[in-house]
Amino acid sequence: MFERGNLKDFDWAMLLVILLICVIGVVQIFSATHETVLWQGSWWKQVVYIIAGLVLMFVVTHMDYHALMQRVYPMYIASVVLLFVVLVIGKRAFGSTRWIVLPAGVHLQVSEFAKIAVVLLVARFLSEIRTEILETRDLLKLAGMVLVPMALIAKEPDLGTALTYLPILGIGIFLAGMHWKYWVTIALVALVVVPIGFSHLEPYQKGRIVTFLDPERDPRGDGYQLIQSKIAVGAGGTWGKGVTKGTQTQLRFLPVPHTDFIFSAFAEEHGFIGVMFVLVLYFVLLMQVVQDAQTSPDRAGMYICMGVGALLLFHILVNVGMVVGRMPVTGIPLPLMSYGGSSIWSTFLMLGLVNSVRVRRFVN
Amino acid sequence: MAGFQYLAVAVFLFLVSGFWELQIRSPEIYNERAERNRIKALPIVAPRGRILDRDGRVIVDNHSSWKLLLSRENLKEEHLHEIAEGLNLDYDDLARKVARYRKRPKYEPIIIKESLTPADLAFIDSHRDPDTFPEMELIQSQSRMYPENGLLAHMIGYTGEISESELDNPDYAKYNQGQIIGKTGIEKEYNDTLMGVDGERQSIVDYLGREREMLGIKEAKPGRNLQLTIDLDLQVVAELALGDKRGAVVALDPNTGEVLAMASRPSFDPNKFAVRIKSADWKELTSDPGNPLLNRPIQAQFAPGSTFKPLVAMAGLETSSVDENTTFHCGGGAEFYGHYHGCWGTHGAVSLHRGLAQSCDVYFYNVGNKTGIDQIAFYAHQAGLGEKTGIDLPNEASGTVPSPEWKLRTQRQKWYAGETISVSIGQGALTVTPLQLARAIGGLALGGVWQKPHILLTDTGKAKPKEWSLNPDNVKKVVYGMYGVVNEGGTGGRARLQNIDVCGKTGSAQIASEAYEKLHKDVKDNAWFVAFAPCYKPEIVISVLWENSGLHGQFAAPIARDVMKSYFDKKIRQQEAEKLRQSPANVLASALTPLAVGNPAKGRSAP
Repeated sequence: MFERGNLKDFDWAMLLVILLICVIGVVQIFSATHETVLWQGSWWKQVVYIIAGLVLMFVVTHMDYHALMQRVYPMYIASVVLLFVVLVIGKRAFGSTRWIVLPAGVHLQVSEFAKIAVVLLVARFLSEIRTEILETRDLLKLAGMVLVPMALIAKEPDLGTALTYLPILGIGIFLAGMHWKYWVTIALVALVVVPIGFSHLEPYQKGRIVTFLDPERDPRGDGYQLIQSKIAVGAGGTWGKGVTKGTQTQLRFLPVPHTDFIFSAFAEEHGFIGVMFVLVLYFVLLMQVVQDAQTSPDRAGMYICMGVGALLLFHILVNVGMVVGRMPVTGIPLPLMSYGGSSIWSTFLMLGLVNSVRVRRFVN
Repeated sequence: MAGFQYLAVAVFLFLVSGFWELQIRSPEIYNERAERNRIKALPIVAPRGRILDRDGRVIVDNHSSWKLLLSRENLKEEHLHEIAEGLNLDYDDLARKVARYRKRPKYEPIIIKESLTPADLAFIDSHRDPDTFPEMELIQSQSRMYPENGLLAHMIGYTGEISESELDNPDYAKYNQGQIIGKTGIEKEYNDTLMGVDGERQSIVDYLGREREMLGIKEAKPGRNLQLTIDLDLQVVAELALGDKRGAVVALDPNTGEVLAMASRPSFDPNKFAVRIKSADWKELTSDPGNPLLNRPIQAQFAPGSTFKPLVAMAGLETSSVDENTTFHCGGGAEFYGHYHGCWGTHGAVSLHRGLAQSCDVYFYNVGNKTGIDQIAFYAHQAGLGEKTGIDLPNEASGTVPSPEWKLRTQRQKWYAGETISVSIGQGALTVTPLQLARAIGGLALGGVWQKPHILLTDTGKAKPKEWSLNPDNVKKVVYGMYGVVNEGGTGGRARLQNIDVCGKTGSAQIASEAYEKLHKDVKDNAWFVAFAPCYKPEIVISVLWENSGLHGQFAAPIARDVMKSYFDKKIRQQEAEKLRQSPANVLASALTPLAVGNPAKGRSAP
């Protein structure tokens, strides 16, 4: 299993970028929570999560991704079973059931980890196909396998996280190649499914989408978070108000400023300049991942890297887009910055996979 | 994979443009909104000035109370039902009020209840937490406390929250939503003096509205007190004398124009307005046929009847149309211009003195006829009739002095000579207010100086009086006639006082044609009485209107007598107290009391 890659080939530049983002995140978590009773120690816990995440990343980098792909079906089935378990005995918070409580008080968000199994599954499935373009049978098989965990997560209900599975599937299909007829079919199906799906949403989910289109409609209700976030961002101006100086963040007009809305808090305290700096870091990280896909020794490695890349891009788009009021409130975290062990660990695990591909690029 | 890179670039540009728009293009807008989030200003209501009588006694005071605001930033409309129930408010009223505010900015709160009871406060206290009804906010405020039984209600008026229509009026531009302002009477006339300037407490609050830090406090500037010319003693007597009669009493000092008493009945309870009048109470007030909201001393306009006769006599004498010995024969009536005009009695040969004392109509038909309408109208105008007196109260009526010129201007019709005959006895189109009548007669008794009536004590001596110098001999003759009314078996005998010479004139005025009055039993004559005392150098002039009484003016005379009696009784009491203070015996007595031994100067003021 531990077929050696060369640790010298580990992407140290990428690690630097990751650490920078993590440190900025920790400082922001501190700033946003230092005056609260409930979350005061969050920044310190986040440091622990990050250190543990780094260890996980190195371990995964050491593992051969081929070996992991050999075991992907048990992993996938285990994930699906766990998602079932969440629905049955999971812990409810904020109106949905997303967590399994382990002994020692650790809350695990299974949906964050099931992603990894899905990334590997898509990579293995597509790398084993030998046809020029995807055939209907394979397409349906693949889509079905991704949709099962998605449906379970949507049932929690956690529509935001469920949607993060779509880019994994999408990039895979895109790279594998698909007849244009299918793209048309998918578009048509979406046209039918989206309105029907909308009518089956929870009231709060509908509210979020409707108010995203017109937040001032209900500024105290569903529109509140979006409006307050935009106020925080705008008030930051060019240079920001300084660490622990953002009033929207400190007086908590901004909801959850250390998790989902951490980038909003950051934008208020560090302004446009700070925002540009962090966005560049994320962009560099993404481009590194794409480069690792390009230099991958095989198709499987390429699929893994691109799956991770698409997932990261989607998270950034939806989370940061929400912060500036251009995306509805979905409650998905910003990778590497938002407070929370599950999100940090799953991100580090995925970056470990990417590095596992990278250090093996000269094998063969 | 190149496709993915393009996609990533597009996504990042999309995000950057979002930040660009918020942080670079319009940060001011969002900065301001962030400031509005965190800085909250709580108003500190300035206590309204008190209203005092001429002796410094308090007529209107304040008491502090709590009122409840709904913060519309936190308002959930589904809470309204329970809030209305908890506070005993009408849900529909409340919902309508909330709906009315919908167009206004969110940070303007709605006052939903004032003068909270202990039960209200208990309800609010137990439901104000962020999880139940966070929209409820308590504010301490001042409420007005008005005299009971409607005393002085019309003159003082009442306060209330500024209305939507007032807010749209440019005259009210200096006021803000939710402020309490004077709505009628003195409260309205002197609102700026009474109101003071509200203060403000600025603080930084968190998302739950909890104060984190106080930024500053601007203390409220209390409103200034107003001292009126009203004498509460006289006022109480006037109101009691009127009782449940419909009518008005005005007492003036003719030398200064100071209003000593001004009563209007039926009255209302301004305390019902002090909070917010319930719609049922308002309906009752406005649908009452007695029209309790009418401020009769300045707003009731009626024919003065015979109380107008002293002015007609004056005009006759001044224009030399008649002299004191000119005599006319009263056989119970006389014919003028083809119409028969009756008299209320048969007086035989009547000259000026008996004409006034007995109020002989035939005598005055003749005087009026000889003097002419233009001269009568001229003297009526000189005495201030037909125009507002300019008293410092809102919505004064001006009455009417008819004349050929007036008729042509307002009705485009010719004057008939018969109309002059009617005006001669105070009927026809002639109307006056009780205030105008008191002022007119008072100024006449002073020889032609008509002071401007006012109710603010500090205004005394500020306004120039209307003057038209009358021949002192003529004045004496008319005054003597009015002396006869009260003291020589005339129609006003009931107004007589011991030791004080009272002059007066009764009046009973038709308010509709006789035929109409016969058909409508509820339409009856008004009784008038106007008097001044002492007859020479008068200090007080009083007019009394008893509306719809169906009685002769002599029955209104006792009301004037009661007020005058209390005026002179008080004056004598004060003079005696003053005498006692100044008498050497008193100084000696106080010097001998043990308390004052070490300090004789102090002892002097002890009565």
